[in-house]
Amino acid sequence: MILTEPWRVLVFLVGIIAFAALNAAYLVWLERKVAGHIQGRIGPKEVGPFGLLQPLADGLKLMSKQLLVPKGVDPLLFKVAPLLVLVPAVMSFVTIPFSDTLVARNIDIGLLLIFAFASVNVMGLLLGGWGSNNKYAVISAARAVSQNVAYEIPMLITVITMVMITGTMNLNEMVVQQAGGFWNWHIFANPLMPIAFLIFFTCSLAETNRAPFDLGEAESELIAGFHTEYSGMGFGVFFMGEYANIIIGCSLSAILFLGGWHSPIGFLPDQGLWGLCWFLGKVYFLIFCVMWIRWTYPRTTLWGLLNLSWKILIPISLLILLLTGAMIKVWPLIIGVS
Amino acid sequence: MIDLARSTNQETFVMNLGPQHPATHGVLRVKLTMDGEYIVNAEPVLGYVHRMHEKMGENRTWAQFMPNTGRLDYLGALSYNHGYVKVVEQAMGIEVPERAEYLRVITVELNRIASHLLWFGAFVLDLGGFTPLLYAFDDREHILDLLESVTGSRLTFCYFRFGGLYNDIDDNFVTGTRAFIKRLRKRLPDYHNLVTKNIILIKRLKGVGVLPAEMCRKYGATGPVLRGSGVQYDVRKNEPYSVYPELDFDVPVYAEGDSMARYMVRMDEIEQCMRIVEQALDKLPEGPVMAEKVPKILKPAPGDYYGAVEAARGSFGVRIVSDGTNTPYRLKLRSPTFSNLSLYGEASRGMLLADALALMGSLDLVIPEIDR
Repeated sequence: MILTEPWRVLVFLVGIIAFAALNAAYLVWLERKVAGHIQGRIGPKEVGPFGLLQPLADGLKLMSKQLLVPKGVDPLLFKVAPLLVLVPAVMSFVTIPFSDTLVARNIDIGLLLIFAFASVNVMGLLLGGWGSNNKYAVISAARAVSQNVAYEIPMLITVITMVMITGTMNLNEMVVQQAGGFWNWHIFANPLMPIAFLIFFTCSLAETNRAPFDLGEAESELIAGFHTEYSGMGFGVFFMGEYANIIIGCSLSAILFLGGWHSPIGFLPDQGLWGLCWFLGKVYFLIFCVMWIRWTYPRTTLWGLLNLSWKILIPISLLILLLTGAMIKVWPLIIGVS
Repeated sequence: MIDLARSTNQETFVMNLGPQHPATHGVLRVKLTMDGEYIVNAEPVLGYVHRMHEKMGENRTWAQFMPNTGRLDYLGALSYNHGYVKVVEQAMGIEVPERAEYLRVITVELNRIASHLLWFGAFVLDLGGFTPLLYAFDDREHILDLLESVTGSRLTFCYFRFGGLYNDIDDNFVTGTRAFIKRLRKRLPDYHNLVTKNIILIKRLKGVGVLPAEMCRKYGATGPVLRGSGVQYDVRKNEPYSVYPELDFDVPVYAEGDSMARYMVRMDEIEQCMRIVEQALDKLPEGPVMAEKVPKILKPAPGDYYGAVEAARGSFGVRIVSDGTNTPYRLKLRSPTFSNLSLYGEASRGMLLADALALMGSLDLVIPEIDR
């Protein structure tokens, strides 16, 4: 892993894009398999062994389709919007530590960077819906924005709590602090952290427009939401962006709360390739949970969604922030430790 | 709900829900005037699958119209068969053998279970839950297999004849039906645990889309929609026909009038249907399934006849006017969903789009039956 600078950037750039694209393709396959088995079916099986070549066929189909630009759309916004969803998601991979050494850029403000990029994502949904000249898409865009605004707040409050505990915004350092076994993971840092983890995970579902919060593309209400008018790879890029965002959300959950690339039990190896395996294992388990939830729950309404955020999640996350602050600063004073 | 008086001075827009839309389950078009996500006015536009069934009836012999009745509501076709043969038998004065009546009840109730199961899946699909649909279809498939073995078709049945049935059942049908009921009895608690008790589903249905009994009466709504609003009206009980008086079953009624009440009425009805089928199988008499001396060419005495049956979606009425010839002079079909949909414009006013679509799903619309 000792590469000189220009090559290092290039290798990681290609690697990250390949990782994002491959994951988007195979998470669709996984989603269809998971959905199939949950519903008592077997999912794709015709193309290749276990249907493993299905994503390839899907990709070919999407690429061979005409990129239709309907009349009356804003051509610039219409074409830029899918990229505004995909590119920030891919950029967020830059600071994710896949193992102790495998990280594109070990930046001190990595966490902040990811949330900055996550906020650009909603612009893509808004502009895609707005530029489509379609009423369903506009409604969907408005929903997506109010949803993202509502859920970024409890998410960021939880993250602030986490930053207070760790004292750093460098993702790799956060992981290093959780070494030595699952009891050292931040999800067990104090009794409130499991709740914080649930809040963070719920918010990341809402941020990535996943069921039961998929109001942006509620197919029984808004047909396909903001990407109603998109065809071919325009739709495909939105799709890739969605799955890339899911990976980012689950990676953050794994890094912040579940010990990142550390093994769950101290004596198991977690250096180099082992770390990568542990990390991906955790991430894919969380992604499986995301899919599990999607195929099990019905959709909430916009009111239900906003109520959950403003009346339940935000007060609880604020309380957790306050109590954690008290535990860090006041508790030592009471028991007389420094 | 939104205060519409206050919002009238704001900008509204018109949105076409359909004729091609995932939530309308067919080619229904609803012209929505929206204020943001609130519905100011909803106007159902019908006629996209109008096939002139009533006019067709005037140009066919009495028997030739039979297959048409199975193509009104393709999810509960046997009830529509029943409604038509019942009124023609009444006009002709044909006595139906008891075994045939029992078999009519058994097949109609199985068909009703199939219809309610499909509705259950499609309704939860409208609410964004995809998985129950596949489970419901799995169960429904068993019913379709059973019905196929006796009627010869799986969807647009044409099983009944004036004076009886097309053919008798066999032992496999009886054992298969009993096995299916045993299976569904085990699956229904699962549905209730996984779907009915789901917190999101409850939040979306409880207190949403309340239809007062008065509104249902005004628009002539019947079936589970009316019973979900607390009115105990079921043609099988109120104007008994066939062998229903000899069978013991309850009519589930919920007073709340919200989407949850209509949901619960249908889920409870599935259980009642199973009770009816079991009793009918126990009591099934031996004998012929076709009346003797049914004339080959029907010529009912001139007059005006009306008869109604309880279909899966409500009261299905057939009015025939005969002038004594071998074709009807006039044939009028009163389809329940048409009336059930009529109240949608008034009921959905001021609702959120998502809730209004939940309300539409809870009405259990079958578009070809509305348009006829």
